[in-house]
This record gives sequence, C-alpha cells and structure tokens, in this order.
Amino acid sequence: MAHLVNYIYIVSAALFILSLKWMNTPATARRGVFAGEIGMLMAVTGTLLAHHVFNWEWILSAMLIGTAVGIPIAYIMPMTAVPQRTAMSHACGALAAALVGTAEFYRDPNQPKYILVALMIETLLGFLTFTGSLMAMGKLQEVLPQRPITYKNQNVINFTLFAIAAGLGVRLIVVPTDTWIFPVFAGLALLFGVLLIIPIGGADMPTVIALLNSYAGLSACAMGFVLDNKMLVIAGALDGSSGLILSIIMCKAMNRSFANVLFGAFGQIQTKAAHAEQRPVRSASPEEAASILEAASSVIIVPGYGLAVAQAQHKIRELFDALTRRGVDVKFGIHPVAGRMPGHMNVLLAEADIPYDRLFEMDDINGEFGQCDVALVIGDNDVTNPAARTDNTSPIYGMPILDVDKARTVMVIKRSMNPGFAGIDNPLYYLDKTLMLFGDAKAFVSEIIKELPARVAA
Amino acid sequence: MPSNLELSLYVFMLATFVGLEVIRKVSPLLHTPLMSLTNAISAISVVGAILNTGAEGATMLSKVLGFIAITAAVTNIVSGFLITDRMLKMFHKREEKK
Repeated sequence: MAHLVNYIYIVSAALFILSLKWMNTPATARRGVFAGEIGMLMAVTGTLLAHHVFNWEWILSAMLIGTAVGIPIAYIMPMTAVPQRTAMSHACGALAAALVGTAEFYRDPNQPKYILVALMIETLLGFLTFTGSLMAMGKLQEVLPQRPITYKNQNVINFTLFAIAAGLGVRLIVVPTDTWIFPVFAGLALLFGVLLIIPIGGADMPTVIALLNSYAGLSACAMGFVLDNKMLVIAGALDGSSGLILSIIMCKAMNRSFANVLFGAFGQIQTKAAHAEQRPVRSASPEEAASILEAASSVIIVPGYGLAVAQAQHKIRELFDALTRRGVDVKFGIHPVAGRMPGHMNVLLAEADIPYDRLFEMDDINGEFGQCDVALVIGDNDVTNPAARTDNTSPIYGMPILDVDKARTVMVIKRSMNPGFAGIDNPLYYLDKTLMLFGDAKAFVSEIIKELPARVAA
Repeated sequence: MPSNLELSLYVFMLATFVGLEVIRKVSPLLHTPLMSLTNAISAISVVGAILNTGAEGATMLSKVLGFIAITAAVTNIVSGFLITDRMLKMFHKREEKK
C-alpha cells in the first residue's frame, strides 16, 4: 500500500499538468478544473489510506472546518471581490506551508543540511508571503490605505531586516539545535512581509498578487524537498512558474522592472506631477452621449478598475445589448493591468454575460482604434494616457497603452477631473475630440441607456 | 544511484519548464481563473500537513500547527476549485447564448 501511493502521486502530478494545459482556452478550461479536482482527491485519499495515519480526529475536524469555510467563500464572494479572495488564498497557502515547515523543524532539527536549507526557504517564504498577502488583501478590501505607505530609508530598513532573517536562517542550518532562534527568524519573516507590501500602491496590485502567488508556490515546492515528495515539488513548481509568468506579463504591461514595482513606491514619486494647470475640457450630457453612440458604427469600450468599484458591469452589458441591437459593432479593449489582478476585467465582463469573443487584448485591438467611431473609457486612466507615448518626462513614459486617442471621438466617464490613483495628469481629457462624461459610471451608463430607446421612438 | 536531493532538483527543474511552457499558452482572458486554479493545486501541501499531524507520537505543537495548516489548505482547495469553476461557467461565446 505504501508503494502504491507513490504511483497515485505520479498520476496526480500528471493530472495537475493536464489541468493547467486545458486552461489554455475557455472551451476546455472546465475540464481542466475537473482534472485538478480528481488529482487532488486521489492524492489526499491515497495519503490518508496508505500511510499509518494517527490523530484522525485532528485531521478530519480540520478538513471539515476548511470545507465549511471554503464552500461559502466560493459561492458568496462577489466577482468584484475576487482579487481580495485571491490574496487571501495566497495567505492561506503560504501559512500552511510555513506551519508544516515549523512543525517539521521542531519534530527533528537534526536533519541533513540540504533538508534544513529547503526548510528555511519554505518557512521564510511562507511566513513573509502570509503577512504580505494579508496586507495586499487589506489594501484591496480598502481596510488599509491603497496609497503607498512610505517612510525614510524604507528600502535600507527592509533590506537589513531581510538580511538579518536570512542570516538567522543560515545560523539555524549550521547549528540547528539552537531552536530558540527559530521563533525570532519566523517573527522577522512575518514582519518583513508586512513591510514589503505596505509601500506598494493599489495600481501595482496585479504584479504584487502574481508575485505573491509565485512565492506561495515556491514555498510549497520547498516543502516537497523537505518531505521528499516529488508530487509536492511538481505542484509547487507549477504554481511558482505560473505566478512568475503572470508577474512578468504585468511588469511588461507597465514597462517596469520587478525591482521598480517592489521598491519604487510608484504613487509617491508621481504626486509631484499632480498639480497640472487647469485647462478647459468639453463635457457632455447622457443625451448627447447617447446620440453619438447611436450614430456610431463601431464602438470600443475600455473598462478599468473604476468599473469594478462602481459595480457597473451589468449596466455595461445593457448598453452593449442596446447598441448591438442597433447594429453598432461593440468591442472591448482590455489592458493587461486594468483592474486589480491579472484578468480581472475579463471575469467581470463575463459575469455580466458579455460574450468573450468580444473581449480583445491590447495588442489585438490597438490597430482598430484608428477606424473606430467612439472609444468609451470607463474608470480607466493611466492605461489610456497618450503621454506614455509622447512625453518622455512623464513617469509612465514607455508604458504600452490602449490608443484610444486615435478614435474619432473619445468619451471618458469619470467622477471628476481629479487625477487618478497614480496622480498623473492625462492629456487625453483635453483633446478636442474628447468628451468628458462626469458622474458615477453605473448611473451615467443607465442614463445613456434610458436615452437610447427614446430616440428610436422619435 | 542519485541522491534524493538530486532527484528532487531534476523534478523541480523539469516541472518549472513544463509550467512555464504550459502557462504561457493560457489565454489572458483566463488569467484570473488560472490563478485561483494554481492556488488550489498548490494547496496539495495538505499532504505534508496530514503526514505531519498524523505521525505516530506527534507532539501537541505538531498537532496544533498541522491542524491550522490542514484547515488553511483545505479552505484553499475547496474554495479554489469551486470558484474557478464558477468563473469559467460565465465565459461563453455569442453563438452559445440562449
């Protein structure tokens, strides 16, 4: 039996790889989830049955609690809160890895050196990802301020702290019997996680979430080394590489490096640029907006985080339907970092029942703005800022953007002229062809929809 | 015979390359569900937690830490798979609309 479980693990690992492979298109993605579930079920039951497991009451009650907590999270959580949930699950995964490592260390500190090395990596990454993810979750839930929290010599202090933690880890590897050092080591890792994330602003969350994903995976992977379980190594490596790829995509989409995201305190630097002179803008009423949209033959809608905040996705869907019925070609242009996590906008629009073949990535849609009548920007700012192309003094210069300024008419739904989160003024708003639609995204879109049928009747 | 460490390193290296190749092909449409799926999969660390908690003569510390770890990991497994499926159900093309 004990041998059999190792073969079960091999099958599980294969299922995990298939699971991710099937995620490549929406057509096979649900099969992928199913494969993952089967792999998980096999691995867990195999483990429970094959080994001489004691303390069943502890294990089963923990599983019961986990299930009881997990089911409501999965079904009640609104789609707008998915970034928070993801941050929370990074925290849970990292905590589990860190605690298993801790228990393993106290069970027997006198293990081969390479196991201790893996164990220290597991616990260090696990603990810092745990608190880091909690901070990210707090920022996303807006319990904590979304703006970067900075103080003097922040990077020096953080680096020193990390160096001390790593140093203690090395010391524990060399002299593992000094177990009293371990709590200090763990405490420093927990503290470092907090300090690492608080200087990062809300707009950088997609990268941070992806990076924390990677850390949580690597921590689980290190656990595989500690317990000499190859399936854990594989599952952890898959998660780690997934997080890594996503964070690279996010960094590229912002034209920034990892180091810049983690240690640059983005929003802080840019507040200097916030005090631009007041220039005149053209604004329009819902009626005017409705008549322009109706007269258009092609419209590209560019959604951003503001859409999630205003919960406007279902109203957008109504607008989409109303315009489509009138023969207007409506597409959505989605920037990789729109929203608060990779793919955030796609999920929101899919939730509102917008067909996914109408959602286009930046590179696929950018060529079409030139032929498009109206670009409608909803709750997005920096990713539409033409200064990224033209103004080499702008903090976002070089960042790939959606070329909405090439459309014949640009409409921007925005609460006020206050600069967005990063505090960068957007020249797009002052163009002659730009109409500012001031108001709450959801309310304004409803107004537009109300105006549309009235015009048909007239 | 290669040591356990060497074998694990080989497995790690190969799995990382497989991961990078497979993930690169995932459509950006699905990046959010991808993240919740990989999260659920990496909660396979529950296996480690079970072995730790369920070891004969596990100390109280081991049992308590393992208990928390299992709870956290199972929460991730259950909510991760279910929410991924819930998200994926929402993706459809225009022709599939009723």
